[in-house]
Formats: sequence, C-alpha cells, structure tokens
Amino acid sequence: MMIQQQTQTPDNPAFYPALAIGGLISAIGVAAAFYMEHMGHHVSGMNNQVFWGLPHVFGIFLIVAASGVLNVASIGSVFGKKAYKPRAPLSGLLAIVLLAAGLAIIMLDLGRADRVLIAATHVNLTSVFGWNMILYPVFFGLVGLYVWTLMDRSMNRYSKAAGVSAFIWRLVMTTGTGSIFGFIIARQAYQSAILAPMFIIMSFAWGLAIFLIVQETMYSRANMELHPQLRARMKNLLGVFVAAVFYFVVVYHLTNVYYAKQTEFVHFILVSGGIFPLLFWGGFVLMGTIVPLLLLYVPSFSETKGSVTAASFLVIAGGLFLLFVFIIGGQAYPLDMFPGMQVSSSFFDGKIDSYTPSLPEILLSLGGVGIAFTGTLLGVRVLRFMPQDDAAKLKSAGYLHD
Amino acid sequence: MTEPNDKSRRGFLGVAAVGAAGLGVAAIAPGFHLIEVSQAGAPGAGVSNKVRWGMLIDTTKCASDCNACVKACNTENGITETVKDPRQGSQWIRKLDLKDPKSGLTHSLPMLCQHCEHPPCVDVCPTGASMKRADGIVLVDRHTCIGCRYCMLACPYKARSFVHIPLTEQNPEVPRGQGCVESCTFCVQRVDKGQIPACVEACANAEHNAMLFGDLNDPNSEIAQRVAQVKTTQVRADLKLNVGVRYQGI
Repeated sequence: MMIQQQTQTPDNPAFYPALAIGGLISAIGVAAAFYMEHMGHHVSGMNNQVFWGLPHVFGIFLIVAASGVLNVASIGSVFGKKAYKPRAPLSGLLAIVLLAAGLAIIMLDLGRADRVLIAATHVNLTSVFGWNMILYPVFFGLVGLYVWTLMDRSMNRYSKAAGVSAFIWRLVMTTGTGSIFGFIIARQAYQSAILAPMFIIMSFAWGLAIFLIVQETMYSRANMELHPQLRARMKNLLGVFVAAVFYFVVVYHLTNVYYAKQTEFVHFILVSGGIFPLLFWGGFVLMGTIVPLLLLYVPSFSETKGSVTAASFLVIAGGLFLLFVFIIGGQAYPLDMFPGMQVSSSFFDGKIDSYTPSLPEILLSLGGVGIAFTGTLLGVRVLRFMPQDDAAKLKSAGYLHD
Repeated sequence: MTEPNDKSRRGFLGVAAVGAAGLGVAAIAPGFHLIEVSQAGAPGAGVSNKVRWGMLIDTTKCASDCNACVKACNTENGITETVKDPRQGSQWIRKLDLKDPKSGLTHSLPMLCQHCEHPPCVDVCPTGASMKRADGIVLVDRHTCIGCRYCMLACPYKARSFVHIPLTEQNPEVPRGQGCVESCTFCVQRVDKGQIPACVEACANAEHNAMLFGDLNDPNSEIAQRVAQVKTTQVRADLKLNVGVRYQGI
C-alpha cells in the first residue's frame, strides 16, 4: 500500500508573499550579475589574484549540497531504509533546485555569461570543468527520471534502478566538483587527492542540513509534526556527517603539513592569516561543527524543540565559512614560484592578498539562494513533495517504537 | 571578395618582412638585428610542430631598475587601460625582484607566460579556448573564452590576467576583450611575420640583451646552443611542465 502524500494546503496565505520575496531576491541577484557583466568585473571585489570570490563560495556550496541532499532519497531507495522513502521525492526536488541555483550563480558570474552556450557546445574533456558540462545535465536528467519513477505509480518499479543510477552519478559528480581543486597542481591549498572524498562527505552534511530545514518548515506550515524518533534518526545522521567533515578537514590539513613546503601555507590559513583563521576556527570549527554537535547530541539541547533546525542552519553557515577559507584563502596566499626567496613585483607577487566582496557579488550570491528558495516553493506547491510517514507501516517495519 | 585582399595583404607582409630582413643583413652594423632575423620564423611559413619557440632570460644581465620589456609589451599589445585597483589590471609580463633572505643575493627577472609544453591552463579550460599552437605558443581564443578564470587558478606562474573593464582603442592585431582571460602570446603577431617579441627587442634596444628568443628545436639557433652550453632553470621544474621560457643565473 502506498503512503498517501499531499501538497501544501492550496490556500496557505504565506505562499504568495513567500513567492514574491523569493522572486524578488532572485531578480535582484540576476540584475546584479547583469550589472557586473555590463560594467566589467572591476565593480566586484575580485582581482587578478583572488579571481574566484563570494559567488563561487555560494555557487559551489549549492552544487555540493545538491548532490548531498539526494542522499536522503538514496538511503531510502538504494539502501532500503523505509523511513527515508517518503522523503525521496522532496530530496530529488531539492537536488535539482539546488544544482540549478548553484549553476546559475557560477554561470552568471562568468566574464562572458553570454557565451554560456559555448560552454555547452565546446567541451574540453581534459578539463574537470569540461566534465562538469556533462556531469550536471546528466544529473538533472537522472534525478528527474528518478523523481518521476517515485511519483508516478506506474513507474514505481523502475525507482530502484533510477535511484541507484542517480546515486552513482551524484558520487561521480561530487568527485568532479572536488577534483576542480584536487587537480590544481599550482597551488598549495589544492592538489590533494583527499579533496574528492572530502567534497562528497561535505555534500552529505550540507545536503542533509538543508533537507532538514526544508522538511521542518514544510511540516510546520502544514501544521504537522515530524515523528520524534524519525527526527532523532535524521539528526544523528547529521551529527555523524558533521563529525566526518571535521575529520576530513583535519586530515586535509595534516597532509598539507606532511609536505614541509606547505607548512607556511597551513600556518597562514590556521594561525596567521587574519580573517581566514578567524573564519576557520570561529566559523567552521566552533559555529559549524562544535555547537551543532552539542545541539544534536547533548540531551538538554537535543531534546529542545528547534535544536535540529538550529544545528542545521549552523552546519550550513559553517560550510560556507569553510568554503570561503578554502577558496578565497587558497588564492590569497601567494604562489610559491621561487622557494626560499623573497619575491616582490608590480603584480603583487609574494604578497598576501585581501578580498572584500562588493555589493553586486553579495546580491548575486543571495540571488542564488533566492532561486533555490523559489524553486523549492513552487515545486512543493504544484506537486506532491510533502513527506508523510505512515506510522503504522514504519512501526511494523521496526523503524519506529512508541 | 576578401580572399584576393587577404592574399595581397599576406604578399605585402611577406615582401615587407623579406625586405626588412634584407635591410637587416645589409645594415649588418647592429649585430643583434642580424641575429633577430635569423632567430625568427620565415614569414608566411605557417605553424609547424618542428619549431618550438622559446625564450632564454639571463638574469645576470637583467637590471632591476629597467622596465623596458614591460613597456614594450604594453605598447605592442595595446595594454594601455588604467584600472583604479592595480590588482585588477592586466600584466602580460612583469618584473620580479627576488632576494635570498639568507645570503642577501638579489635577482631581477621578467616573468611571463612560460609557454609550457604541458600547459595546465590548456588542460583545465572547459571550452578549449586556452590552446597550444603546434609551435609551442600558448594562446587564448578570444571567441570561445567564457571568462571562468579556471586557467588562472591552474597557472603556476600567475601569468594570466582577467580583463576587468571595457576596452577601447585596441591594437587590431591583438584582440582583447572585457570578461576574457589573456596572457603573453610571445607576440605571435610579430613572430608570424618573422619578427621577435617586442619585449626581447626592447631589452636589446636598452642594451641589456638579457632576453633571447628562438627555436629551441633548431640545433643551430642561438637559443638552442646557449641552452646546451649553460645551466638554465625552469621555474617550478618540479611540475614537469617543460616550459618554453628558461632562466639563466638563478
């Protein structure tokens, strides 16, 4: 027997104001991108040393989270955990919407955004970016197919195959995203084989955090309540992912320290680099890791209503801080062309650069979030994405105990 | 309609280049002119993988207070725009000052695209706009560069610049564009006419002769012979990119 699902109540008064706000934020983001495109990137805070800025932090975050949010569906379809199956369609919707939003930011920030078709028609297969031109569209297609098999009963029998395909593809895709940096031999911050699995585990944490917030919001808007035991299971999973991300980040820095020449870079990022150590320790470690883990696991916190949502928001913020340190800090530190020598030039060789995002960059980045928000809002409005649990079925399956 | 014009233009350029070469030989007096002509390719010969254009920079002859190569590059390639934040300006070639903090030894040298045999910028470019010609010159196709800046992340030499502002009054032979990435072309527009890059010429004119351009594959070329005789350095040799620009004296 199928689990009955329903859309948000059509007369929900908050829908249109929320749609208007999401649409406005998206439109402002697109307008900001058009302004940068028209005026040139000199109106951004980026320059010829830090040429990937805040839009890349948000864009890559959303792309990585898009892959991870599909994890919820995969746990249900691929690994057969029944409690997650009702969540699979929403998981698929969020995967599509987040990837679209992330790609929109990256594409709109291109120096020649008008040439985006060239990116689709001229693919260099030695480029990890080039791979992504294949990985992303296929991801859209596979997840779309997967959601179809989940939501159309006549197609249900194909959902396992579609789910496995999408699961494998998302692992490949996030390997590709991590490899964007992992294959960069020039810079101390990157060129590490650990980046591919690190991005995968980051996707698990960030995607689940976003899913939990959306799920909680939808339940709250529909005057429903998530079963406490289900919430407990999902928050435990989030905790495991958050701890795993921290583990990978520690190993990433340790591998950099192993190479003596990278010690100065690690010292910069973790100790002496001003804003970067501050954001790493305060933003990622404290706010994005320790506090969420306390909220998720210390009973006096975890039993409080809203603790999972608060932890999820903090995990997202911590992820953005981590990416900021990784992407911006990795560029701000100068290239080491002449080891052991002091270097100076008119092009700021040997100098640590600074980066302050300008308003258009901030608006474009938030615009991407707006696109994700609006897409999700529209999706859950028009189709049955609301996860509903058949408590009796879950209980009989041994997943819920009263 | 355009074909005869193109042919006549090429013919004119060819005659002009041969004439210039003849004048150079006839003039003989300034010796480096003779060398320059012999170093450059035959005009209209087309691009061949038998040629590997390269540059040898003798840092012992490079004066720290001299910027002639940079100025010549900017003039030749029309890099004349002013940007409020100098970090957002284009620099195809720049002077680096190096100092060994232990010994106090200093070097000055020009840094430019190293025209790698295995260029990371070409590997990572999603559209193939970053490309390497058969003769080893690494270029950016201005028509297919989407301005993603991935090549800038991949370049170990900070040799690439992103054009941050609208450009006007460009050199017709050197198209540049807002929102695209660019870098040293070895003055391909000159090399294809049998001339040497503007920076090399300027260095010689300034009587430093620290820069030598030529065909690394031609055993009779001065650059190939110098590289065979003296110890030269590839910057970031650990990356095994087999760069086309070699340094002597560091």
